Amino acid sequence: MARLDVAGVTVRFGGHTALSKVSVTAEAGSLTALIGPNGAGKTTLFNVITGLQRPDSGRVVLDGHDITRLSPHKRARHGLARTFQRLELFTMLSVRENIGVAADVHRSWAPRQHGSLDERVQRIIDLTGLGDVADTRVTALPTGQCRVVELARALACDPKVLLLDEPASGQDEAETETFASLLRRLADDGVAVLLVEHDVQLVMEVCTTVHVLDFGALLAVGTPAQVQANPAVRAAYLGHLEEVG
Amino acid sequence: MDKFMIFTFVGLSTSAIYAVISSGLVLTYATTGVFNVAHGAAGMLSAFAYWQLHVAWGIPTLPAALLVLFVLAPLFGVLLERVIMRGLAGTTEATRLVVSISLLVAMIGLAQAVWSPAVGRVVAPFFEGRQLTLTRDVSITYHQLITIATAVVVAVCLKVFLTRTRTGVAMRAVVDDRPLTLLNGVRTDRVAQLSWALSTSLAALGGILIVSSAGLNAATLSLLIVNAYAAAAFGRLRSLPLTFVGALVVGLGDGYLAGYLPQDQRLAGLRPAFPVLVLFAVLLVLPSRPLRTHVRSREYFPAPSLRGAATYCAVIAAFGVVLATTLSGPDTIAYAKVFAVGIVALSLVPLVGFAGQVSLCQLSFAGIGAAVAAHVSKGTLLGVVTSVVVAALVGGLVALPSLRLSGIYLALATLSFAVVLDRWLFNLPEIAGFAFFPSGSLDIQPLTVLGYTFDTPRRQMLLAVVAFTAMSALVVALRRSRYGRRLLALRDSEAACATFGLNLVGARLGVFMLSAGMAGLGGSLLAMQQSSITAADFQLLSGLPLFMLVVAGGAGFVSAGLFAGVGLYAALPLLPSLWSGLTRVQPILPGIVGIALGRSPSGAAADVSRSFTPLREDAVVLSITVAGCGAWYAVRLLDVFGNPTMWVGMVVTVLVGLGAASRRRRPAGAAEVIALEWQGVDEPWSASRVADLDRALRLEQTRMSLSEVAHGAT
Repeated sequence: MARLDVAGVTVRFGGHTALSKVSVTAEAGSLTALIGPNGAGKTTLFNVITGLQRPDSGRVVLDGHDITRLSPHKRARHGLARTFQRLELFTMLSVRENIGVAADVHRSWAPRQHGSLDERVQRIIDLTGLGDVADTRVTALPTGQCRVVELARALACDPKVLLLDEPASGQDEAETETFASLLRRLADDGVAVLLVEHDVQLVMEVCTTVHVLDFGALLAVGTPAQVQANPAVRAAYLGHLEEVG
Repeated sequence: MDKFMIFTFVGLSTSAIYAVISSGLVLTYATTGVFNVAHGAAGMLSAFAYWQLHVAWGIPTLPAALLVLFVLAPLFGVLLERVIMRGLAGTTEATRLVVSISLLVAMIGLAQAVWSPAVGRVVAPFFEGRQLTLTRDVSITYHQLITIATAVVVAVCLKVFLTRTRTGVAMRAVVDDRPLTLLNGVRTDRVAQLSWALSTSLAALGGILIVSSAGLNAATLSLLIVNAYAAAAFGRLRSLPLTFVGALVVGLGDGYLAGYLPQDQRLAGLRPAFPVLVLFAVLLVLPSRPLRTHVRSREYFPAPSLRGAATYCAVIAAFGVVLATTLSGPDTIAYAKVFAVGIVALSLVPLVGFAGQVSLCQLSFAGIGAAVAAHVSKGTLLGVVTSVVVAALVGGLVALPSLRLSGIYLALATLSFAVVLDRWLFNLPEIAGFAFFPSGSLDIQPLTVLGYTFDTPRRQMLLAVVAFTAMSALVVALRRSRYGRRLLALRDSEAACATFGLNLVGARLGVFMLSAGMAGLGGSLLAMQQSSITAADFQLLSGLPLFMLVVAGGAGFVSAGLFAGVGLYAALPLLPSLWSGLTRVQPILPGIVGIALGRSPSGAAADVSRSFTPLREDAVVLSITVAGCGAWYAVRLLDVFGNPTMWVGMVVTVLVGLGAASRRRRPAGAAEVIALEWQGVDEPWSASRVADLDRALRLEQTRMSLSEVAHGAT
């Protein structure tokens, strides 16, 4: 059974159908991508999974628990963590404090942990390579690094399922490279990673399964190779990529 | 049945007035995002203006009313939009709320300054004494008929205006998506201006219709807005038709309570409190909203350093000791309020500054603390602790229904709670042996700890100083703690906090209770200082200036508590002694401070504190300055001169010390360090500056010549 199972989710905003019966799964220890043009409904789907948006129909099952009706913080306590496309960092705090808040809250609902809070935070800072800027206020960081801070903050909750919303946007090539190896490492640790990303190269490189969304509907699912070969996908999405070069 | 009909008409005419007033409120909230707490005050000013024209100057009813409705009120609305509201775009909800509360306070102050409350004024209803007789026992006055007809006309006109006219459609478009409307060529500022003009006219209409029954009293009329909130809350502050339904419920309820409530002193306050109870009920059933994501705000409250906090606490303690040992008895009682009410102000720092929540009823919690302390304490520490606990519990109960809704509803709930206490609960006679203020006032014994009784004004003041200093230290510790960072995180992004498992309602409830408890402590200390208190000491309208000054001082800084306490109970009362003409302006001043400082949301306290940095960092000058102040104090204790001389002497000493420290910091002739991006702007380019810039940009290999830089060549 998949770690995360999203089945038949529909969301309507007034007359506009943002998602139409979308089903997506993410397996433990693997990287799954969710791609599609702007406005395809990727972030809305993330919001449905994390409870920030109530679906009109459909269910979200995490590790066999139906979490569709739970509030966002209760879902998080089932092991769900995410980052945001529009950064949601705590602007009055430093990088270390941003991660610390998450680790502190996490410890309040998952008390049995090894090591002190400070050690845990330091471990995450080391893992994500934020050591140089650990005590800088986050507003002073470039976007690319802010995205890493968001990831680090999500990791502080020891998630089973990690939803990353365009984590590589704003990063340069070297940063993306480091980021890709970090993602692989997370998957190796058994985390199910669901990735929304416009950097198709990154997606094809690291992900085992790719879901393609277009106009709120699921267009295709498969391995990167299958998806790349899918004519519908080429027309809707990857076609543009070829034109660009 | 006849009685029923009569009170139905009474209720309908009240509904009509609420409908008119609250539709104006909804209009501005929906089109400009400003929840105008001062909306009722605009109606109040209009009612006074109408009285001035009609009664005082003898202009006939119709021209006087038309002049107010179609000239004065719209002009005032446009003025508000141009001068104040336009500057609020892109500020947080709390800031906008502060500004509109400041307006409310300033407008009440203005009305009282122009039309002295000591003079009785009456406005007669339209067609006084004439009525339409329906059956032998049932009749409806012409005034009631006109009121109901007006509401119907307003409803129809608003409907036609908003759906059939180009401007009305533009107004609705602005509600949906302001930037998009702007891109479509609608001048959104014009739309905002129009909606302020229109809504002020609606407030004026409501004011003129209600003044004959409600009476011409600035505070009463301004607080009618609370009844209109209840109606507006039905429509989630956005839907006009539902707002009209809400107005019907509130108005008819009011009418029937007037007719059928048994004559009992205990229930007498229920009728004025009824709209507020409706509001609470609506808050309970309103659906939760989506979690708020990050809001951009210009506010920044860094954590205080331990050394800074220690210095601050030492300065307060010294200040308190100097006050307590130099003031006369009555003055000591008056100025001790600085610290007791200062604790109430300080209680807003964790809530407003750290957690970004708004409470407008801190002084009511203080009142509860005071009453409980008086009833339970008998001068024991346990009594004070009980008052803190009770205030915290009541705070939790008040906040709970609205914590899952957005900040504006919490503000509404707290405002309403204060009104319920003012209008009803604080005035209740004894029920089952308990009343908050039996026989109007309440006496309280001074505190005794370990056999030591704080029974003189001086001891009371020292007690308050110690408590204030301890609470300041507590707030600093909170800001530096994990819990404090959690609150700051919550203020920034609810959505992010929820996604790592933070129970938002729980976290907010915690800080709200903490803050209410602190306010309770402040209240019980205040009661002990005054030794006898009344409900009037804790009214909503006395609490609002406190809230404004805390925000104006910088709600996230611990010094905001002192700023508000000193401002309200030391600086403001001293003003008239400088120039007696200021007496009339005095009530308006906090409002003006709030309006002005709404534009600099991080507040003034931080600026003041920053300006002292040179002095703090210069140990030599600092020691001399402190010694100088000590000398002034010592000579004062010898009764060589009075308090004014001592204070002026101390202030001059500190200013001289500050000047000296600043000069020592930057010796004459030393080159000023100019940030890279300002080089070439703050001073002309020089070869060495260009070299510095190249080095900073790692451009050694591609160095440009100075002339190329000067001519902008590439």
